[in-house]
Amino acid sequence: MSSERERREILIATIADLLDGIRHVAVGASSPIPAAGAMLLRARNERDGKPPVRISILGSQAHNFFTNGGIELFDCAAQGRVDAFFLGGGQIDGEGNINLVGTGDYPRTDVRWPGSFGSAYLYHLIPRVILFREEHSPRVFVPKVDFVSARAITPEVPRRGGPYALLTNMALFDFDREAGGFALRSVHPPFTPADIRDNTGFSYAEPEVVRETPRPDPATLALLRGRILDDLAETYPAFARTMKQAA
Amino acid sequence: MTEIVALEALAARVASGLTLAVPVDRSGVAMAATAALIDAGVDNLHLVCVPISGMQADLLIGAGAIATLETSAISLGEAGGAPRFGAAVRAGSLTLRDATCPAIHAGLMAAQHGVPFMPIAGIIGSDLLEVRPDWKVIDSPVGEARKVVVVPAITPDVALFHAPEADRAGNVRIGRLRELATMAYAAKRTLVTVERIVDRNLLETEDSAAGVLPSLYVDSIAVAARGAWPLALWDEYPADEAEIARYAAMARSEEGFRAYLSTFLAHRKQVA
Repeated sequence: MSSERERREILIATIADLLDGIRHVAVGASSPIPAAGAMLLRARNERDGKPPVRISILGSQAHNFFTNGGIELFDCAAQGRVDAFFLGGGQIDGEGNINLVGTGDYPRTDVRWPGSFGSAYLYHLIPRVILFREEHSPRVFVPKVDFVSARAITPEVPRRGGPYALLTNMALFDFDREAGGFALRSVHPPFTPADIRDNTGFSYAEPEVVRETPRPDPATLALLRGRILDDLAETYPAFARTMKQAA
Repeated sequence: MTEIVALEALAARVASGLTLAVPVDRSGVAMAATAALIDAGVDNLHLVCVPISGMQADLLIGAGAIATLETSAISLGEAGGAPRFGAAVRAGSLTLRDATCPAIHAGLMAAQHGVPFMPIAGIIGSDLLEVRPDWKVIDSPVGEARKVVVVPAITPDVALFHAPEADRAGNVRIGRLRELATMAYAAKRTLVTVERIVDRNLLETEDSAAGVLPSLYVDSIAVAARGAWPLALWDEYPADEAEIARYAAMARSEEGFRAYLSTFLAHRKQVA
């Protein structure tokens, strides 16, 4: 149970680090770990006297300062006012393309997922898109997605947005927009680079020495286990409760 | 003039074969009216989800009311995937028009502005362009020389949603959920269910009028207490998560779905 908590705490702290320097981050619905990471960054900046961070949580009434309806987040992204966002994918390939639609041949896909949501648009417009998918397996990380909901690189059109990093239960990758692929940055304890190779269906760059993803320091953990869980409880009560119970 | 009618009469304004626009779960979904539509045996609908849907779409799909589904996603949120949607996709019983959220907003805004299409950023490179031949990539005719996607206007026959209150003249309070206004501007007719009708004039002050959809855009209103249940209605009641989870579990099988549906329809009759 406590190792499950540690796993989540590493993910949350890693997300806060990935978001460092941003002014406005949007978080999709049903994303407690990304939301917690954004709240951790906000709390840390406040503590350290750094610039404030705005957080928009889609589907939340309290963490939503928009007043112009469902279109406003999308307009805001088009204006360059959203710095970071999270996307997942039933499949993610080595070129950073994501599939939120299904496997097999469209339209009668073998497995059907909910749909593309705003991905096809936001991937073009938000500079720091963090791909977050907890399951790290060859069925998720495939050589080529069956359906491209959103494409990572499109040389034919100018764009400011695209993938910045990929975070899973096992590892953190950077996305290299020049090379058009992922590079392993660090591996979460207790996994090894060999575990990552075994569970990733696409090829990626691997440094000679692979770092271990740092565990959060005591000050970060204190913030996370205190104020962040309280902040989170409003939008994700069940998640916050589980995290508290594990303490 | 806006008519104030019984729920069944409002539901009867939705004929089989129409294009019906409905909002995302958090914005006020007319679930009681959805039950009435299913009860009336409406079918062959083209459902436009603005920009996604959940239990409402899944119920309509399971009941066989939908021929064409235009949406950016169907999901029950925390309760997981939408089972009847998944089953219908596997069976090939729906015509799918997969979209992305801002493209649905853009299509409605084209209709709102009375123009045939709306340009929209992004999307290029997505396979959605392959499966949506009605979306085009054009060279921008003005400004910077670049490619841009255009999507056709979406003009629903009917927009349907649920809101906290309307006044006697048919003005409806929609708060800051401007997508409800966009739906109404774009649609030929708008049907609204409300928790209550109030005696005061919602347009009376600048403050109150700012959050109001004027009756000009509203054709019919019916009172349906707890009309979004089991979904949430903003500022009024939260979602009934246990009920949605119960639906998600039961709707995994066709038989389970049928059993749920008959209880759901019966429950609605009791409330009414």
